[in-house]
This record gives sequence, structure tokens and C-alpha cells, in this order.
Amino acid sequence: MSAMELTGWGRWPRRDCRIAHLTPTALGRKAPSGELGNGATGQGDKGQGAIVHGRGRGYGDCAINPPLTVLSERCNRFLSFDEETGTLFVEAGVTSAEILELFVPRGWFLPVTPGTKFVTVGGMIAADVHGKNHHVAGSFGDHVHFLDLVSADGTVLRCSSQENEELFRMTIGGMGLTGHILRAAFRLIPIESAWIRQETVVAPDLDAAIDVFESRMDATYSVAWIDCLSSGKALGRSLIYLGEHARPEDLTRDRRSSPFHVAKRKVKSIPIDAPSWALNGLTVRAFNALYYRAGVRAPQSQLLDWDSYFYPLDAVLGWNRIYGRSGFAQYQFVLPLETSREGMREVLEAISAANLGSFLAVLKRFGAGAADRPLSFPMEGYTLALDFSLSSASLTLMDRLDEIVEAHGGRLYLAKDSRMSQRSFETGYGGQAEEYRRFRNRTGADRAFGSLMSRRLAL
Amino acid sequence: MTAAERPVLILGARSDIARAMAHGFAERGHPVMLAARSPEALERDATDLALRTKADVTCHRYEALEIDTIESFLDGLPAAPHIVVSAVGLLGDQEQNAADPARAAMVIETNFTGPALALEAAGRRLAKIDGETAIIGISSVAGDRGRARNYVYGAAKAGFSEYLSGMRQKYARTKLHILTVKPGFVATSMTEGMDLPGPLTTTPEKIAAAILRALDRKRMVYYDLKWLLVMTIIKLIPERIFSRLSF
Repeated sequence: MSAMELTGWGRWPRRDCRIAHLTPTALGRKAPSGELGNGATGQGDKGQGAIVHGRGRGYGDCAINPPLTVLSERCNRFLSFDEETGTLFVEAGVTSAEILELFVPRGWFLPVTPGTKFVTVGGMIAADVHGKNHHVAGSFGDHVHFLDLVSADGTVLRCSSQENEELFRMTIGGMGLTGHILRAAFRLIPIESAWIRQETVVAPDLDAAIDVFESRMDATYSVAWIDCLSSGKALGRSLIYLGEHARPEDLTRDRRSSPFHVAKRKVKSIPIDAPSWALNGLTVRAFNALYYRAGVRAPQSQLLDWDSYFYPLDAVLGWNRIYGRSGFAQYQFVLPLETSREGMREVLEAISAANLGSFLAVLKRFGAGAADRPLSFPMEGYTLALDFSLSSASLTLMDRLDEIVEAHGGRLYLAKDSRMSQRSFETGYGGQAEEYRRFRNRTGADRAFGSLMSRRLAL
Repeated sequence: MTAAERPVLILGARSDIARAMAHGFAERGHPVMLAARSPEALERDATDLALRTKADVTCHRYEALEIDTIESFLDGLPAAPHIVVSAVGLLGDQEQNAADPARAAMVIETNFTGPALALEAAGRRLAKIDGETAIIGISSVAGDRGRARNYVYGAAKAGFSEYLSGMRQKYARTKLHILTVKPGFVATSMTEGMDLPGPLTTTPEKIAAAILRALDRKRMVYYDLKWLLVMTIIKLIPERIFSRLSF
């Protein structure tokens, strides 16, 4: 069997993994039990199991498993689409980019999307991803009708809220450790144009930013870029971006006749790894200050095409290389509503004091989480996402941030993590982590499926 | 003539390269006829293609080894193809192939006799069409020089390549263009489990895109540039030395 070096989007850790392909065409030809063979589920492989790897957009070690990693790239067929209801049925390796390219021109959009379109449907379910509309639409798992899963004993099970209900709940947000997701059906939402009406609100400090979120819970999309290196009175100054799907009458006359037409964006790519000195407190501080000032001066309201609005970073392929070869960690946590103001303030003070800023500091108000999906990340409150290039200073800072998050009853997002401690995980996910472990043990999934992450955090 | 008036027939449509080529042709607006031994296994691909491209896609039963049924197979298609692709192939295991005559015959017939005779029959029909037509035969660099590691497969592919070469000369004065494709290592189901050298390995999507470009430019034999270099050197090695090499 062939081997391949795999990493997550943060480019650390990297490991040589034995690989196989997830191919549902092969499934139909074999007996119902052990459909993928022991090879693909990885049973008997020193108990280290197997994990599916889609497009490698999880940041850390969630889709890396040296004994056996199963690639879903060839498992990418569109299976059916219902024009009446918008229900789309696809194989798990289909990406958001493929879906949007096809369906935006026909007037449909994803119900929930993360900040990159290069994710697979399987990955969006496994991480129960959220988007800028979490406060009104919930996470991706809320829109899944059913999914087909290669379970621990090798049989393919259809899971929904009616059928194999427990497995369904455990799989959404389950980080791929309950089985290999093969296919899924979910509902697209109708749109009237390919454009988003964006409104920018300037918040001079953290309290003002939170006030904007609280007063604009009616906005379909809301997210804030936050200057994480500002301090004193300006601590937490932010630009809050609110968005609504534009109707044809919102568009200029020349666009109104073809509201779904958007010129293809020019894509640039980062050809080489940036040297390690390129990013430092000074350059990041300067960038953040400039960005804030540009935002203050920018027009309050503008029309953006869907690609520029939802996926600004996708226009720069391989943007993760700006952090150099040593890689970076994304740090995303959520705090409950009641501790958000105080906790966020402490976090921002710690970052500013360490002088380790992040280009991409993103603040977002979550709606209610899904308590019945044990490892699903969102909970009602505020989430902040930060990037740090990896260094001993940033690792020390992240340990400090862990303490603040734990003290305020928050938790970290597994899909972005490569370094959280066992303590941090147990505090954040508590009894739900135990429920998940018991389920994995009872169904044999703990022996059939595994990843670097599952062993690091004893999932 | 528009793409919609020029249907494409793909023999051996279950291969990964064939699937990627079907996408390419469907995106260009060609109606696509997929043919393989078990057409039910193609239905999923056909649905996928139709959803992605709105192209007219049909599935057909085609058995490469039943050489006497090729005329009736072509007669039974919903439309007369203007472009015929053969992606039929079987690698097998060299040691088993060499040890078991039945297996060897199967590999030879699947890679050579079957596709060559199918394209012969298709060629007669294509040459009569008023307009540009094409045959694309997927052969292999393995046919460029016999090696201990895979000569049953390699010899059959060599035969297939030479057959196409002969057909190309025969039809040189017609509007039928014949393209021989010689991929090197491609990461597909056929090569799954083999340890392929990264720099010389490509993906089905890339090779399919390159084949369509080669067709547009009326290339006769398509090699990946790196493989052209590798095979040129390999072909230049004197037999006395080559016979002692082990790669």
C-alpha cells in the first residue's frame, strides 16, 4: 500500500501515512459485511483504526492517521437533486466549491458554510461546521437529512433522526471517529441573486462590538474582524460585517438581468513559504492598524459577490504558507454568553501583552448549540478565532489562553486544534466527552476508527 | 459542427481516466455514451455527469473480449459517435500472468485484441462521417520497451500502440484523427497499492485535461513531457545492457 505525507491546513503536525481510497463503486461489488474490507476500516491494525481525509482543511491532526488514512477525493459524485425542495444528495468527497459552482447559477446556496469553500461535505459533517449565520441557522449538521456511514463492523448504515438516531447524533461533529461518511443528503437554500448586501459597522471597542451583535440578531450573516493588538481604550476595536442575500432589485440595472452571473475571480497563489521573520509583532500590529483605519473609511454599505463575501481567503491559494514552513496553529474557542464580555477582554489583554497578534482575528456571536451532539463545538455565546505562527512564545500564550477559556466555562474547536491539553478538552466538553467515549467503546468504533487527534485526546 | 452534434463513446468507462475524460467532454457539451462490462455500475457516474453538466449521458453494456459482437454493439448505440475513446485495460499481476496462460491471454486480449478490433470497426464508421472525427486509444509507456516487471501487459500495449499507428497511416487522408495516449504512472484504482514515484506520477484529472488539449492540437501520440524524456533514454539503451538492468 502506498504512503503519503499528510498535514492539516496548519501544516503541523506532518506525518507519513499509509493511504487507501474511499470508493463507493467498489462497495456495491462486495458482500454487505466488511464492505471496505479490514483494510479500509483498519480493524486489527494494532487498534489504531483508520480516518478519512478529505481536502485537508482541518487545521491540526484530526484527519491524519499514520497506520491508515482513507482519502475521499475520488468519492465525489453528485447523486441527486430535487428542484422542488432543494435537497441535494452527494458523496462525501464533494466540496463546497463544486456545489456552489453548479448551484449558485441555478439559484441555490449552502445552508451553512465555513470560511473556505475547499471543504468536503464529509468534513463539514464531521466537524459540524458553522458559518456567519450560526445565530439564525445553526451549524451544518442541523441541515443534514440523512447520511450513509461505514460503521465499525464494516456495514453501511443509513443514519438520520429516525434511523440509527444515536449514531447520527454522534457522527455530526464526531470528527470522523464513528465511521466513514460515504454519502449525505441536505437541503440547499434558495437565493435570488449571487450577491450579498454587506453593511459595515465600526465598533471602537469590545463592548461596542458585542452591543452591535446583540442588537443585530436579525441579520442573516454577521461576523467581526477584531484588532487583537489594540489595547487600552481601543481594546477589541472591530469592524462588524452584516450581510443579507441581495434581491434582484438591490442590484444595479446591468446586473439585474442576470442576477446569478458573477465574473470568475482571479486566483493568486503563494508560491513559496515565507521566511520566519516576515511575521512579527510589528508587521502584524501595523497591518491591523491599517486594516482598521481602512474599514472606518470604507463605504458603510456595499454589494459583494458570494465568493468575495464568504471566501475572501480562497482567492489566495496556499495562504497558509505565509506562516512559513514551521506551520501555524489556529486557536478558536467559544465562551458562554454570560462570561463572554469578561472572558474576551481577558483573552485580548493576554494577546496584546504577549505582542503576538493574528492577521485573522474573527469574532462571532453563536446561537444555541446542539447539546445532543457531544463533540459539536458551538454553544450560545461568543467565539473568537485567531492564527498564530508556531513558536515557543505562541505556544506559551495559547496555554495561557486555555486557562482563561477554562475559567470562563468555554471550550476549543477540535477541527482547528493541534495542541490543546487533555485538561482543556475535559473541562470544555465535560460529560459529553464521556458520553462520546462510551458510545465509541460500545460500538467498537474506538478500535475501527482513529486519528492522531483521537489518540492525543483519548476521544 | 457543434459539440452537441458530435457524440462521444467511451469504452472501458469505469476507469478513472475515462471518468475524468467523460467530465471533460460533457463540460464541452458533447453527448456522452459510457460503455463498460457492467453498465449498472456506470449509472452513478452518469447521474453525476448529468447533474454537473446537464449533458446527455447514457450507459451501455460493452464486453471487450466479445470481439464478434462489436458491430451489433455499435449498431445498438442511441447515436453514431463522432469521437471514440478506448480506456479498456487490465494490468494483472506479472508473475501470475506469466505462469498462467489463461490469465496471460486475458491480459493480452483485454489490452490488445479487444480494443484494437473495436477501434478498427469504429474507424470504418467514423471515416464515412462527413466531418471531423477522432479515435483516442489509451495505451501505455509500458509498451515502449519490454521489461521483466510487466511484459505481458507491456507487450499487449505495444501491440495496441502499433495497431493505432497503422490505422493512423491508413486514415491519414481522411478527416478521422487518431490519437495514441501513452500515460506514465497515474494514481488510479489500477495502480492502487503500488509505490509510485511522486514526480513521475500524475492524476486522472490532469491526464484527461492533457488528452483533450492534445486532441484539440491534433497531436498523434501524447506523452507527458517528463515521460517522453524517460522513455527516449530507455529506448536508446542497447539490448545487451538493457537485458541486465533491473528496473
